[in-house]
Amino acid sequence: MAAPDLISTDTPAALDAAGVHVSLQGNEILHGVSMQAHAGEVVALLGGNGSGKSTFVRTVVGAIPASGGTISIFGQPADARSRARLGYVPQRISVGGGVSATAGEVVISGLLGSGTASRRGRLGGLLPPRNAKALAKEALREVGVEDLAGRDVSRLSGGQQQRILIARALVRKPDLMILDEPMAGVDLSSQVQFAHTLGHLKAHGVAIVVVLHELGAVARHIDRAVVLDAGCVTYDGPPPKDMGVHALPGHDHDHPHDDQRRDDPTISMEVPGA
Amino acid sequence: MIIELLTDPLVQRILLVGLLVGITAPVVGTYLVQRRMALLGDGIGHVALAGVAAGWLAGSAAGLAKQDAWAIPGAVIFAVAGAVTIERLRSKGAAADIVMAVLFYGGIASGVLLISLAGGSNANLLGYLFGSISTVTWADVWWTVGMGSVILIIGIGLRSALFSVTHDQEFAQSTGLPVNALNMVVAVLAAVTITVSMRVVGVLLVSALMILPVAIAQQITRSFSRTMRLAMAIGTVLTLTGVWITLFYDLSPGALIVVLGVVLYAAVGLITSLTRLRRTPA
Repeated sequence: MAAPDLISTDTPAALDAAGVHVSLQGNEILHGVSMQAHAGEVVALLGGNGSGKSTFVRTVVGAIPASGGTISIFGQPADARSRARLGYVPQRISVGGGVSATAGEVVISGLLGSGTASRRGRLGGLLPPRNAKALAKEALREVGVEDLAGRDVSRLSGGQQQRILIARALVRKPDLMILDEPMAGVDLSSQVQFAHTLGHLKAHGVAIVVVLHELGAVARHIDRAVVLDAGCVTYDGPPPKDMGVHALPGHDHDHPHDDQRRDDPTISMEVPGA
Repeated sequence: MIIELLTDPLVQRILLVGLLVGITAPVVGTYLVQRRMALLGDGIGHVALAGVAAGWLAGSAAGLAKQDAWAIPGAVIFAVAGAVTIERLRSKGAAADIVMAVLFYGGIASGVLLISLAGGSNANLLGYLFGSISTVTWADVWWTVGMGSVILIIGIGLRSALFSVTHDQEFAQSTGLPVNALNMVVAVLAAVTITVSMRVVGVLLVSALMILPVAIAQQITRSFSRTMRLAMAIGTVLTLTGVWITLFYDLSPGALIVVLGVVLYAAVGLITSLTRLRRTPA
């Protein structure tokens, strides 16, 4: 169960969740989830629908309260202040509200709240910094869509919207990135761009926790996989080498092509809970 | 004749209140539309009506010379309490539409009950239901100026933060913004806007003044801040046109403003879809 010793653990983990319990409307969804992510490490959070991946992520970012356990961010209890170093990319359900908003406006909202020293808004984070527009442009450039700054986000493609949500997190210059299904419904070029961004962040020592359905284009950047099943961690270790949903730990239903892979020892089929 | 009209103090008061209400109502309306809670204003408006009646009852119990002197303070208290209640229940995950429906019915029914207890008739409520701008006093004007300034300073000053919480609450939470407090700011601003605008259009149509200008602007603009600015301009033109016409014709200003708004909404919708058709020939 222990994490591989790829990354130095001298400094406090970027994310340290210990025995996290979450209940929603009286039902316990997470039954003591523990996991860590360190600086420069990419951790893939895997699991089927309803396994609790999104609930866990939303608890870490403060959208859902935990009913038990502890969550620390760089050694500090997770709260508004410690989340200053966090960049969050939520699952893209609907990017737009009832009123149109430009990509630039959406990205600027990433500069509010408790930002890191270089990116702190005015009036306790209630107002964006004065150079917000330039910072937003720069973040959009990092994900390759600086030309979309003035466009209405609700009229952009799924891949473009996803890039804008990533830019909104990047504009905070986070030390810990949490992304919930960033590849769902995203075109191939945006997936490749995302893999590039991920590699770049990792090289700069950013800790990354990414919820994925399949490893796909980002497989080569992933250092560790954590598998959730029915609200429990059932695997925490090296990622499967193969790509695609059929190679994920815990994916054990019979396919005609299953036989061809069964002899590959890197594909774990004996995961607890599988 | 126009000069003569403009020098009349009553006309000045009417135009001034119309102008202030036209500018301020769409500010909060933009956030309500953004959060897809366009009908919140109706729910709060009806609660405000119960507040009018409660103020009336308290006024007559206290033996005030002017029975409805406490009607507006009553409306403010009830509207703010109603808005806070809706926001609290909503943040706890209650179905917002049902909460609003209950407040809607409860507000109007208790308003009618309270006013009859106070010894008034339902006719007394009509002025509040449909607006009574023609009886506006200088005290009303200063009250509107004060409250309108609060709405503009907070609603425009905190635009980025209020946009963030109404656009994507979960992300706003992750950035450490005080999401609950900001949600409460939107709810209380909505309540204040309603009590301010009640004078012009009445509680039954007050929500229209917040939402229609935004709905019209939304068809033209592509950015949040431009939508808000254009909605404020449209709101101002609509209210001023409406009250100006009622200086010459005996019409209800509130109803006229709303009908003008609906016509403009349809016209803009038609024009934008026609220009889109021309741009993309079959």
